[in-house]
Amino acid sequence: MLIPKNNANLMRTKILIRLAESYLHDKFANADRIPLELRPKEMQPSRCCIYKDRAVLKYRCMAGLGHCPEEEQDELTSLREYGQQALARKTAPKNKLSVIDIACSACVKSQYVITDVCRGCFAQPCRLNCPKEAISIVKGRAHIDPDKCVNCGKCFEVCPYHSVVKIPVPCEEACPVGAISKDEFGKEHIDAEKCISCGRCLASCPFGAVVERSQMIDVMKEIKETNKKVVAMLAPAISGQFPGSLNNLVGALKKFGFSDVIEVAVGADITTQKEAAEFVERMEEGKPFMTTSCCPAYFRAAQVHIPELKPFVSDTKTPMYYTAELVKKETPDCVAVFVGPCLAKRAEAEWDPNVDYVLTFEELGAMLVAAGINVDECEELPLGRVSHIQGRQFPVTGGVAGAVASLVGDKFDIRTEKVDGLTKENIKLLKRYANKGGDNNMLEVMCCEGGCVSGPGCIALSKKAARAVDAYAQSGEPLTPETKIS
Amino acid sequence: MANKVKVRICVGTSCFVMGAAQIQSLEFNAPADIADHIEIVEERCMSLCKDIKRKYRNGPFVFVNDELVEEATYEKVVGKIREQLKKS
Repeated sequence: MLIPKNNANLMRTKILIRLAESYLHDKFANADRIPLELRPKEMQPSRCCIYKDRAVLKYRCMAGLGHCPEEEQDELTSLREYGQQALARKTAPKNKLSVIDIACSACVKSQYVITDVCRGCFAQPCRLNCPKEAISIVKGRAHIDPDKCVNCGKCFEVCPYHSVVKIPVPCEEACPVGAISKDEFGKEHIDAEKCISCGRCLASCPFGAVVERSQMIDVMKEIKETNKKVVAMLAPAISGQFPGSLNNLVGALKKFGFSDVIEVAVGADITTQKEAAEFVERMEEGKPFMTTSCCPAYFRAAQVHIPELKPFVSDTKTPMYYTAELVKKETPDCVAVFVGPCLAKRAEAEWDPNVDYVLTFEELGAMLVAAGINVDECEELPLGRVSHIQGRQFPVTGGVAGAVASLVGDKFDIRTEKVDGLTKENIKLLKRYANKGGDNNMLEVMCCEGGCVSGPGCIALSKKAARAVDAYAQSGEPLTPETKIS
Repeated sequence: MANKVKVRICVGTSCFVMGAAQIQSLEFNAPADIADHIEIVEERCMSLCKDIKRKYRNGPFVFVNDELVEEATYEKVVGKIREQLKKS
């Protein structure tokens, strides 16, 4: 998406940096100053007053410390205390997207509204075309009865004066699976049973009311306060996220205190080999098609929302899984931290015994900024294992399917299709495939449009990141089905 | 208009994380009136963030010709570019 960083998500970055700094500096002794510093008295408030701005910031800080604002027990608990609680916990906070209720503006529910532009015309196409008889003429002007309206948009299409406007609820519109909805007060809530952790609501809310629980503090504590080896597993989308070379970044991470760094592209190579073999096997069994399984948001969507698709989802594990397996085999007692663009990976990590924590690129960036580390000035250090072209291609849409196809070769007539973005339309397409099949036999499904380079945890622009991913892929060696990865 | 406005975007880690990455969208979707009149340069850390008074907090830093834009945003930079174009 080519949207310049906006206030809501820029503030998230600032909060993460402040929290990281607060931990490194004095273990949260002064953390309660963060909302005040970010919203000083002389500043124009963006809500009703600076005090509400600060209250919202406190909740956003809570989430940054890994707490869920919905689980607040006592409003007087200070950020310092929340920080200490974060340091005292033994396991990673559970993945959860939630809404800060005081920040949620309770956007109006009615999706279509008739404005003053309405002339109260004689033709009344809005009223006549409404399938629910929701429109009546009140005081010479059309009016929509919100209880009857089903948001079909017919009136919007037919008004000759363009007097009907569509007022979206951004989070609800962004959620592809209907997991976010209003309570009796008009505030949004996320249904954890339905949520696939894609993060679209978080990225789309103009009030910055949607937050997720960060594991950043937990990772910093493991690095700074334990003797354990903490290994960073960098998702293939890392290319282009931090100016400087990948080897500079390895140097930067070691300077911060990570003991080792591995590319998840190595695991992606393994995924490619296994998925290609699985594809050939399934096709020879006469299955109509197979879909990828590496996108955790899509994987969960298939489990929960498109059950008819389940038999067609690949059983091959994800690049994160294979990478963590390699890491834990080598150093069983290390702390394995996946660093990526993805929020759904946190959910995946919960059932993967080898992955201890998940960070976003943004969180890693906040840690480096707080520690005063500039990546491209760091020593260039080598990576232990070498990934191949195919594994490096994963984060750009078409990359996974292309990688699998390259290893299937002439073993089977593979016809790939990119399902680029888990939109409501694409979910319909997938349902159609599950019920009736389609033209192609290998579907690559990416929840984020454009692939992982457009993930909610990214720093760089997706377009630039995609170029960097491509350039890095082309500098590698090709993978073959026989390449041994260990 | 012979001279292009030089836009130097700091891509040091702190500026990049703080939003310089997003200002790079100027490369792809700059407004039509300025698109052909800018030259975008990725600048390595200019050490402005190491200034104790400024620190990262005032980043990202962008130079539009010789004028420094602090806490730069896409809008701020576009505004400054237009200002510079008017001058020339």
